[in-house]
Amino acid sequence: MNALPDTFAIRVRDVVVGFADHIVLDHLSLDVRKGEILGIVGGSGSGKSVLLRSIIGLLPKRQGAVEVLGVDVDTTDVGALRALERQWGVLFQQGALFSSLTALQNVQFPMRENLGLSQRLLREVALTKLAMVGLDARDGDKFPSELSGGMTKRVALARALALDPGLVFLDEPTSGLDPIAAGDFDELIRTLQQTLGLTVFMVTHDLESLRTVCDRIAALADRKVIAIGGISDMRRSSHPWLQAYFQGKRGRGLAGASTMMGA
Amino acid sequence: MRTSKTAVMEDVVVATPLLRAHSAEGEVRLVAAGAWTAPNAAELERLVAGFTSAGAHAASIDAAAIEQLDTYGALLLNRLSRLSQAYGQPMRLLALARKYQGLLGGVQKADIADPAVARRQNSLVGVVESLGRSVSTIAEDLVALVNMVGALGSALLIVLRHPLRFRLTSTTHHLERVGWQAVPIILLITFLIGGIIAQQGFFHFRKFGADEYVVDMVGILVLREIGVLLVAIMVAGRSGSSYTAELGSMKMREEIDALRTMGFDPVEILLLPRVIALVLGLPLLTLLGSMAALYGGGLVAWLYAGMSPDIFMQRLREAISLTHFKVGMIKAPFMALAIAVVACTEGLKVRGSAESLGRQTTASVVKAIFLVIVLDGLFASFFASVGM
Repeated sequence: MNALPDTFAIRVRDVVVGFADHIVLDHLSLDVRKGEILGIVGGSGSGKSVLLRSIIGLLPKRQGAVEVLGVDVDTTDVGALRALERQWGVLFQQGALFSSLTALQNVQFPMRENLGLSQRLLREVALTKLAMVGLDARDGDKFPSELSGGMTKRVALARALALDPGLVFLDEPTSGLDPIAAGDFDELIRTLQQTLGLTVFMVTHDLESLRTVCDRIAALADRKVIAIGGISDMRRSSHPWLQAYFQGKRGRGLAGASTMMGA
Repeated sequence: MRTSKTAVMEDVVVATPLLRAHSAEGEVRLVAAGAWTAPNAAELERLVAGFTSAGAHAASIDAAAIEQLDTYGALLLNRLSRLSQAYGQPMRLLALARKYQGLLGGVQKADIADPAVARRQNSLVGVVESLGRSVSTIAEDLVALVNMVGALGSALLIVLRHPLRFRLTSTTHHLERVGWQAVPIILLITFLIGGIIAQQGFFHFRKFGADEYVVDMVGILVLREIGVLLVAIMVAGRSGSSYTAELGSMKMREEIDALRTMGFDPVEILLLPRVIALVLGLPLLTLLGSMAALYGGGLVAWLYAGMSPDIFMQRLREAISLTHFKVGMIKAPFMALAIAVVACTEGLKVRGSAESLGRQTTASVVKAIFLVIVLDGLFASFFASVGM
């Protein structure tokens, strides 16, 4: 692991995050390589979303350093931080679409503010983004309150990808989607990652996503990263939570599927 | 073809031109190079538009030198080749790196046809239409208000028949919020207004030597009108708006639907305690506010006009009767009811967006204050005809 520092998109060093007297992340360290899809797993309340939010600067850290795309987010000046924020896209768990804008306007918002494009290109790019996530122009004119849960997720992904960022944070992208839509979503993330060279930091519970999409998996428990590696490393781990997660009823079904695929 | 080439060349300002035209063997060939990405999108769009508007046509685009391509670049590349289809044969796209083929395919698949242009409407028709719409909105508002009064009435009847179902905790909680916590600001405002009325009275009445009638004016005005009106307007802004915002965000997050599906009546659980709290709270605040206004008036009479508190009290006792006090206090619960009903109705009208929450909250305050003043006018004519 003596790789050059610029092969990492995110470096998290000794990060401590807590609320009042409750420590959520305790001296956690994690590296995300450029161009990989890293899945974060962990039980409910294990601090997956907290980790994501502290990397993107929404939660203050008590200790430690976070470096994203070579920029230390704590020590850099505001201008560099804004520039960095334009290079990442975030998909929030509930979508976090702007409720007073239509789906299309939501996708156009970051472009309109940052790129100075003509109305026509703005519309074309936004419609293309929507098409990439499987929505058409008619859906684009709907307001967030008129969208179904899955459509909200798709529009939110389209918005996260609006500026063609190099790094995308996804907070449970496939939760609340039916298995077919979730599979499409996984494939979409895979395709986009290959074509755009994306680095993806994905918090997920979806075993299927972990198997099909993620290059590496990091497991969070006991306020730390307890294991990181491929799905076979996860299965080999002796940690009780990982045992339960990957050898449980659903995990075993997955194992069967993957051996069948191997055969 | 020569001219179009120079036109394109002139547009290129970057060191490594993103788009160049080459003429070879009687065939024009475009060379796309560099980073066809979002930061360059505005520049690229100008280049593509410049090339196509010059009426130029090229047989092929050489994309071998494209180092980076994202959705923006792919879209513009696609636009470039598609636009020149209008001149006969489509432009061939050569040597695009394999890893970008998928992206270009995705862009080509996307349906980005311009929507049908909305039909323009006669402006006179538009005016008449919006007038008609606002009239029907007023009618709908009235129906909604009556509907709400009916729903509250039936919930009240149910609660009266089954007193154990009454939400006492919720009611006292809201009474604390809209009553007790409003006391300081209500006292302050009414105290100041009472003082200001007295000061103005002394200043102007002194010219006619009618100083002592200022006490009559302050007393009657405060007890009959200003006390209750001022407090009602304050409460509409302070508590009516918070009712609307609370209920509205509950509506947005489907909390009200959740209550209903559990077999509870939102009117009984959420609205009735709020309405009762306001109907109880406003008269109490009116009482306190009126006293504070009289106190302010008395203080100004003493400090500004040199009328001793004893004389002020004596004049006050002669000038006002219990009737004036009653007139003010009778109005208070009705105004409270109007404010609460409007606030609840508007809260339940909130739809999905944050904007509609803001709109409904504004509407709640404006309509409540309007209704309070209309009610005050109706009461004035009512009390005049019954001789109070």
